[in-house]
Amino acid sequence: MSIWEYANPVKFMRTSGAVLPWLVGATAICLPAGLIWGWSVPEDYKQGATVKIMFLHVPSAMMAINIWVMMLVASLIWLIRRHHVSALAARAAAPIGAVMTVVALVTGAVWGQPTWGTWWEWDPRLTSFLILLLFYLGYMALWSAIENPDSAADLTGVMCLVGSVFAFLSRYAAHFWNQGLHQGSTISVAPGDRISSVYSYPLYTCMLGFFLLFVTLLLIRTRTEIRRRRTAALLAREMRA
Amino acid sequence: MIAELGRHAAPVLAAWSISGVLIVGLIAQTLVAASRARRALEKVERRG
Repeated sequence: MSIWEYANPVKFMRTSGAVLPWLVGATAICLPAGLIWGWSVPEDYKQGATVKIMFLHVPSAMMAINIWVMMLVASLIWLIRRHHVSALAARAAAPIGAVMTVVALVTGAVWGQPTWGTWWEWDPRLTSFLILLLFYLGYMALWSAIENPDSAADLTGVMCLVGSVFAFLSRYAAHFWNQGLHQGSTISVAPGDRISSVYSYPLYTCMLGFFLLFVTLLLIRTRTEIRRRRTAALLAREMRA
Repeated sequence: MIAELGRHAAPVLAAWSISGVLIVGLIAQTLVAASRARRALEKVERRG
């Protein structure tokens, strides 16, 4: 069995329909569990109760970047192999990524005020995140502005390639320039924990919850896009008849 | 529970409530759009 079989909309609808109830259940357990656990952690000795913002800020920022990477992969599959489901999946992911980016920016600003003494700073990571949000908005606007779906998929695919620079910078800006207010990675595979297990376990649970929420919403939105495309095709056939 | 947040109650509550509204809004918009698309397709398929 090849993965390319799922590029067939009928096969995709059948498989995603079977998987969705399980994903909804897993998300409904994992996300609230992570958030409740995150809300109930003790105050940090330095940041006080503002540490609770981390359980929204870090997972949403992680998803904002990774959703763009997913869109990049889906766009490349469209540009190279012309599988329609991948183009529709990229389109379906964009609003989720945009909301995650807004959540990351807003929680970052609200967290920054008591921690750094400012809501906003033209720091490399913050600025690249703002540009990433503008790319998300531009990507969605471009899809809506072009009538021919194949042309829209082509142009948004190219835009996704360009925007990947900022998704990459959002992740690594703090390492490249080593300046600005934003710290480096909260979670690292390098030896030496940067975060106590009191905070890391609920954080991992929130990250898993956000990931499951994304996959669930992505499948629902991709199914919606496929249905809209099918409706448009049937209406066009009716008009010709 | 809010009293436990001490002097940081305002930023913590603001961050959680804004994020909650955005995420719940995204879920609601996704479900409404999915329901509309399903009904529109069923309507066209019934006609044909």
